[in-house]
Amino acid sequence: MVCVVSLKIIMGNKSSLMLQPEEIAEIHQETGFSPSQIERLYSRFTNLDKTDNGTLSREDFLRIPELAINPLGDRIVHAFFNEAYDDRINFRQFMRVLSRFRPVKKNKENKLNSREEKLRFAFKMYDLDDDNKISRDELLAVLHMMVGANISEEQLANIADRTILEADGDGDHMISFEEFCSTLERTDVEEKMSIRFLH
Amino acid sequence: MLLLVGVALGLVLFSVGMVVGPLTPTVFFFFMLPPIVFDAGYFMPNRLFFDNIITILVYAVIGTIWNALAIGVSLWAVGLTGIFGYEVSLVEMLLFSSIISAVDPVAVLAVFEEIHVNEVLYIIVFGESLLNDAVTVVLYHMFEGYTEMGIPNILPIDYFSGIASFFVVSLGGTLIGIIFGLFTAFISKHTTSVPVIEPMFPFIMGYMSYLTAEMFHLSGILSYNFEHEIFSKCNLGGHFRNTAVTDHKYIIPTTYLLRNYHEKLCPENISAKSEITVKYVTKMLATASETIIFVVLGVSTVNDNHEWNTWFVLFSILFCSIYRAIGVIVLSFCLNKFRLHQLNGVEQFIMSYGGLRGAVAFALALIIDKRIIPSKDMMVTTTIAVVYFTVFVQGMTIKFFVRILKVPRKSDKSISMNERLHGTWALNAFKRKKYIIWKLLSSSILINEQVMDHIMGGIEEVADQFLGNYKMRDRFKYFNNKYLRPFLTNNSAVNEPKIFETHSRLNLIDAVNRVNEQSKVIIEPGQSFSTLMKNYTEANLRQ
Repeated sequence: MVCVVSLKIIMGNKSSLMLQPEEIAEIHQETGFSPSQIERLYSRFTNLDKTDNGTLSREDFLRIPELAINPLGDRIVHAFFNEAYDDRINFRQFMRVLSRFRPVKKNKENKLNSREEKLRFAFKMYDLDDDNKISRDELLAVLHMMVGANISEEQLANIADRTILEADGDGDHMISFEEFCSTLERTDVEEKMSIRFLH
Repeated sequence: MLLLVGVALGLVLFSVGMVVGPLTPTVFFFFMLPPIVFDAGYFMPNRLFFDNIITILVYAVIGTIWNALAIGVSLWAVGLTGIFGYEVSLVEMLLFSSIISAVDPVAVLAVFEEIHVNEVLYIIVFGESLLNDAVTVVLYHMFEGYTEMGIPNILPIDYFSGIASFFVVSLGGTLIGIIFGLFTAFISKHTTSVPVIEPMFPFIMGYMSYLTAEMFHLSGILSYNFEHEIFSKCNLGGHFRNTAVTDHKYIIPTTYLLRNYHEKLCPENISAKSEITVKYVTKMLATASETIIFVVLGVSTVNDNHEWNTWFVLFSILFCSIYRAIGVIVLSFCLNKFRLHQLNGVEQFIMSYGGLRGAVAFALALIIDKRIIPSKDMMVTTTIAVVYFTVFVQGMTIKFFVRILKVPRKSDKSISMNERLHGTWALNAFKRKKYIIWKLLSSSILINEQVMDHIMGGIEEVADQFLGNYKMRDRFKYFNNKYLRPFLTNNSAVNEPKIFETHSRLNLIDAVNRVNEQSKVIIEPGQSFSTLMKNYTEANLRQ
């Protein structure tokens, strides 16, 4: 409780935005974050929330300057809103997305940060139309974002074709989620897609 | 092995009655050490290094200071009982301990290259050995100065200047390295028309930065109070040589940048032939230096004046091992709170056991001024003993321990660093029909990994993680693509050159494979290889 109060003072928030201990416990239950991590992320959340109504919009995210230069910035923001019903997400949803990136602990099974969920998040970066397949155009779009503008279309198309050829198991010229996972079979996704969140 | 050759050679020379000059510090620091460090820096896996940089720095700085102080004080305490046969002063012992407390890059390279432990373990021990020399040398100078002045004359300001000189040595050196690295990259932009001199620039500039750092170091430190004291009294030449030891770390940032701008970030600046030349010459020079160092060490074991003091040697070795272990355990415990990849007990054991001492310690012991420290001969002998113990006993048994304790080895999926660096592993893997390894090179994985990096960078920004690795990488990449590369390279269109590089390599392998399988691709006279490849890829895609 003391922490919450001090947090409130530092952030200068309205009392309505205060994080209740029960809420912390619930989020801890659901996502596995420790209470101190939750409080830290909550202060970040309120910091991003310029309108002070307890939810974040896309614009709130895009105001982070470094996210704007991230080639996949838009898509990462988009992925946050997969959970949401409308164009705003609340703290619970925010935490649910972030919890995907918690390190995997062997003894504590948690649905949210499993290998599959991590891969699912990466897959969503490509799969914009949510049809569970990465088409050639979707792949090309991502390549474009990462590689930069002034490169010949032909070269990029070549790479995209080759990549699909490699990953495509059933010959439909698309990459399904299963095929996507099998190409990454030997990559240490658990470690690569985890952050040690600060306390 | 090389040491044994040296001892044998020494015995032969000794019996013939020829006097062999020992390895002089000048030769060592100016001609032997730079190639080895250049090699290490050039082939350093920079992703791995920067992912673990905080851990490496903690071990290199705090770990080394802890080792030096603990060993020195303990030896002094034991010396108080009179077991060494004569009186030892505290600062003398601290001077000695600062020499032998640093892990040596030459020895670590020689042993760790062979045993193939996992990459994180390797990079931590090796990175520590490369970076701890700044600490060693500052400690060495400090204690040398104190010995000279005598304990009662040490003022508080001397302690502060010691700390200040540490920052000057390390940060100044890094700065010089970066400046030279950028300069070289800039030059290489304009050497494309004269391919013969292309491979020369990395070496010349690397060495230049080493020498510049040397000069800088000399004058930079001169201004400090306590250093000035020694300087006026010591013989100038000897002191000049002492300073050289730190400078090999200056070469590291240079070589980083060199390599990055040569092959990683912009392969367009240097031709493939020159790149291979640089790689082979680097490796060759380094191997030659390493061989000579160990041989000379062997020779001087037989030839030099020795003063064997059993208790002193025993206690030195004992304290070296114990305090290294304690340091590693305590630091790992603290670091594990912040690390994603936890350092477990077995890895900690290998880290403390792999703390090998080597030629740098030996050369430093040789340049102790006998007029200031009368027990110099004893120190040299003991240093040699410690080096022998760590290299022979620890270096040889470490393989055994690695097997017994089931240390996570470099797995099949990660290809040996050398192979990767020489760019031949993909071809070799394919020849050996190791489909899985070959598959790793596939562009889908590469692209996915880049995507993951960007995701993680973005998430770290959203969650506002202070100093997140991915976040820093993303920011550097942006800076690099936006400002540095247009300035330093000829063709800066591509933001992710890795993808293109891999892709073209894949095509090449495909083509080779196709030819080997006596495919229908017909090589017409006069047809260039690139057209062949292009035709082949197109045919492949049409299938």
